[in-house]
Amino acid sequence: MSTISRDEVAHLAGLARLAVSEEELDTFAGQLDVILDSVARVGEVAADEIPPTSHAVPVTNVFRTDEVRDGLSRGEALAGAPATEENRFRVPRILNEEA
Amino acid sequence: MTAVAEIMDYDEVLRRFDPVLGLEVHVELSTATKMFCGCANEFGAEPNTRVCPVCLGMPGALPVVNGSAVESAIRIGLALDCQVAEWCRFARKNYFYPDMPKNFQTSQYDEPIVFDGGLDVVLDDGETFRVGIERAHMEEDTGKSSHVGGASGRIHGAEHSLLDYNRAGVPLIEIVTKPITGAGERAPEIARAYVTALRDLLRSMGVSDVRMDQGSLRCDANVSLTPKGESGFGTRTETKNVNSFRSIERAVRFEMRRQASLLENGSEIVQETRHFDESTGETSSGRRKEEAEDYRYFPEPDLVPIAPSREWVEQLRGTLPEMPWERRKRVQEQWGLSDEELRDLVNASALDLVAATVDAGASPSEARSWWVAYLSQRANERGVELAELSVTPAQVARVIELVGEGKLTHKLARQVIDGVLEDRGEPDEVIAADGIEVVSDDSSLQAAVDEALAAQPDAAEKIRGGKVQAAGAIVGAVMKATQGQADAKRVRELVLAACGQQ
Amino acid sequence: MSSTTSVPDGPGSTELTGLAASELAAKIAAGEVSAVEVTRAHLDRIEAIEPAVHAFLHVDREAALDAARRADEQRANGTPASPLAGVPLALKDVLTTTDMPTTCGSRMLEGWTPPYDSTVAARLRDAGVVVLGKTNMDEFAMGSSTENSAFGPTRNPWDTDRIPGGSGGGSSAALAAFEAPLAIGTDTGGSIRQPAAVTGTVGVKPTYGGVSRYGLVAFSSSLDQAGPCGRTVLDAAMLHEVIAGHDPMDSTSVDAPVPKVTAAARDGADGDLRGVRVGVVREFGGEGYQQGVRDSFRTAVDTLTSLGAEVVEVSCPHFEYALGAYYLIAPSECSSNLARFDAMRYGLRVGDDGTRSTEEVMSLTREQGFGPEVKRRIMLGTYALSSGYYDAYYGQAQKVRTLITRDFEAAFGQVDVLVSPTTPTTAFRIGERVDDPMAMYRADLCTIPSNLAGNAAMSVPSGLSTEDGMPVGLQIMAPAMADDRLYRVGAAYEAARDAASEVSLLDRVPRLEVA
Repeated sequence: MSTISRDEVAHLAGLARLAVSEEELDTFAGQLDVILDSVARVGEVAADEIPPTSHAVPVTNVFRTDEVRDGLSRGEALAGAPATEENRFRVPRILNEEA
Repeated sequence: MTAVAEIMDYDEVLRRFDPVLGLEVHVELSTATKMFCGCANEFGAEPNTRVCPVCLGMPGALPVVNGSAVESAIRIGLALDCQVAEWCRFARKNYFYPDMPKNFQTSQYDEPIVFDGGLDVVLDDGETFRVGIERAHMEEDTGKSSHVGGASGRIHGAEHSLLDYNRAGVPLIEIVTKPITGAGERAPEIARAYVTALRDLLRSMGVSDVRMDQGSLRCDANVSLTPKGESGFGTRTETKNVNSFRSIERAVRFEMRRQASLLENGSEIVQETRHFDESTGETSSGRRKEEAEDYRYFPEPDLVPIAPSREWVEQLRGTLPEMPWERRKRVQEQWGLSDEELRDLVNASALDLVAATVDAGASPSEARSWWVAYLSQRANERGVELAELSVTPAQVARVIELVGEGKLTHKLARQVIDGVLEDRGEPDEVIAADGIEVVSDDSSLQAAVDEALAAQPDAAEKIRGGKVQAAGAIVGAVMKATQGQADAKRVRELVLAACGQQ
Repeated sequence: MSSTTSVPDGPGSTELTGLAASELAAKIAAGEVSAVEVTRAHLDRIEAIEPAVHAFLHVDREAALDAARRADEQRANGTPASPLAGVPLALKDVLTTTDMPTTCGSRMLEGWTPPYDSTVAARLRDAGVVVLGKTNMDEFAMGSSTENSAFGPTRNPWDTDRIPGGSGGGSSAALAAFEAPLAIGTDTGGSIRQPAAVTGTVGVKPTYGGVSRYGLVAFSSSLDQAGPCGRTVLDAAMLHEVIAGHDPMDSTSVDAPVPKVTAAARDGADGDLRGVRVGVVREFGGEGYQQGVRDSFRTAVDTLTSLGAEVVEVSCPHFEYALGAYYLIAPSECSSNLARFDAMRYGLRVGDDGTRSTEEVMSLTREQGFGPEVKRRIMLGTYALSSGYYDAYYGQAQKVRTLITRDFEAAFGQVDVLVSPTTPTTAFRIGERVDDPMAMYRADLCTIPSNLAGNAAMSVPSGLSTEDGMPVGLQIMAPAMADDRLYRVGAAYEAARDAASEVSLLDRVPRLEVA
């Protein structure tokens, strides 16, 4: 059913923000192909009339009351950050525009 | 990019093309807490002080829906004449961006909470245009980035960026119109009037601060052109985050002209996002849509579906306040306004402000005069909305009261209002600080009157001869001499008395 | 610590580390032994045999002893926090803790200490349970062998050349090596039950929503479920009651009373299963299953019959598609859940040398911070969700999920519980399947359907396989919120199994060479 190409793997890696090496492209292409061939069996089930299940429990309308709760202190929020500046998370220059 | 000189004349655009608009408005709800966590939803707090594991996207943290935000979404839908979904889910919109802590936005995709409605928009000449509403859905806002180094804090050329996640997770409602067709030359005006009407509606409902300057109301305008006589839609562009009502109109008009010029040259319209530059009034190229991410939407597994019962929906319908169009009708009757007067009031976006001023004790005509005339002019000078002026209806009502009591002349009243606009405090504080008072001391006024009569013997003679209308010139001179601080009514009395007419 | 500490004789000893949690709890409650003594005995055992097992990623000796002291004080004041107060426990390193790092077995989170506690960790603390440390696991819970841990594999105490199962191999090995009497695992496709089966311990995946996921670092949100692990069914039940129950911080948490699982385990120990209808899943346990596993399963079914259960064969025709559906749904959700590991707010950052952009630093960090299995699944999930493929893969998998749920509903219309082998094979050798993802994935063949349907399931030891002497697990499955049935049937089976042999199963764990 599927033959996933190196180019496709590279495209997926881009979407997933993974800087895969040339070698990995080949490895992943091969492995994903095998896995997809196997999992594609789900397509054998004729399921036109079957509704999809997204949640394991049949629960609806779970809401929170609109009341402020204590969050983290700024120190706690920033404690794990790789870099900070002026009480903000510091990140390298951003190339892409906002979506 | 295209220079203004090359672009097509607006009338020419309309001779050749029909514009199609699509407007996407993002509204930040004014709930106490964020969409999915209990952090305070608060504008302007110190960076990263309104955050928790949930809105910082920390490993293991889970969202819980703010019930109040859902109520607001349904109420907005009802006010926009929409259907309310029987059952809907949140979805994850996956893309990487540093202002989005989970690198997916929890939003709604193909199951919006409300859909298929419309809003009647009153245009400047009083005509009504119905804008169809495709859907409105719930989602969360992103954090805010600031860019360090490079030119003027822009993303391009910056050395690095700093992130504040206070805004991350603030509830947003995105309201999307159906394609707006048949607007013709009025398309830019309709765009502005629609967003203005939406703002008025949401404000009257109390669900959002609807401040374009603070980003609690944001508009993206989709524009395409269809050649006259053809059907279907042309390739569209999406102009992002236009920051004022006037800019919406300008941006749409510019895009129509720009696209028409390209099409006339045989060029193709590139499907892309565009940015509006307030200073030039032009849009510039942003991200091309074919480069757009594949968002890989799927149902949000951490949140259960929402299935609003019809009882709940009807109960929420019962909480809707008087709608702006109903209010307009009522106010017109109550205040005895002509259609034209009402239109001026609406066009100046002054109706709510005048009503609030009336509620604070002023007469409708005085209140209307202040907002539609003097304050509208001040707002124009400053390039802000009337409502954004830093004077409240209560303050205007107080000034009107002081005028009525004879403690201020109209000229002095304007001085006091100007002081309030300069953030110098309450009217009474401005009066005290500037020592403003009406000159009503007859002895000092008498001297000014005598002086004016001596300076204009012809006028004095006429008054003495019974032509009391000549008193106006004398009163004017006295007012000028006292720099407006005199009570004109008293001056007139003194003038007439001095000439033996009383 | 002093190296002169005496090492308990290990399995079968009457030392404190050899006792079940229920026994320790009773001794602590009766004042026969202090929580501090119990805790110290386990810490000493950990120190002695960790080099051979590597069940833990982090042990906090002082914090554990402090917690034990508090439990002793509370008992002395007459206010023990819970029936398990003072009993030590090993916590899977996928649950956040403010007093210990939480790494999920990944370089991405190496050294990260969360600023908040998971609900499970908070409930354990409130119950006076003593957390000894955090256990090893496959990176972000993806794997069936614990070989995918960035910090080296855990070894199976029954045979240290073999895997202890996964992803919760650290928790199951800690139990089998008598390093802790209780452990917490998480189960997305079998990560509690498969390790339990291959280490001869008990592991329970509660009903989805039965235990809060708040603070459980998500792998696949619609499938993940934390649950109790122990060496006996009763121990697991007592722990189940400590951690289960509604949590307003988790929208998918079930707002209903916790099933009376401890009472069910005590009832079951009487060994009477008359009136209980047991369904044998026809699709599991046939060809492709190790002979010793099949033999053990047949014996277990006979035992259930001998206890009075009415055993029938039941067909679940769509279970054969479960593995495929799972390996589409879980990677899809993981591709989204793991997007947050981007070097911006916490965790690893690679290559930020002042020249690289945020986009480059994100990609480099994710490339270096994730291991091959995690990357493989992110890629797979990204593919399955991408436009043009969604309907054929993710969409179809969700329909299969519906069909599997219907199979369960139909089956539970006929029987009270279903049984099958927990795994097709016993523990395989370390390294044996690392280059064959599909072979690795098949370890979860029997466990996955319960995750897809969200119902409750348990693995209870069912003896040793004749050909390799390694433990085999019996899987018991029950409808959602009928977790108590697992404990009743499991405890009855366990009692009968032990009665049939001279010594209890875990007394047969080989003595480990200690440092």
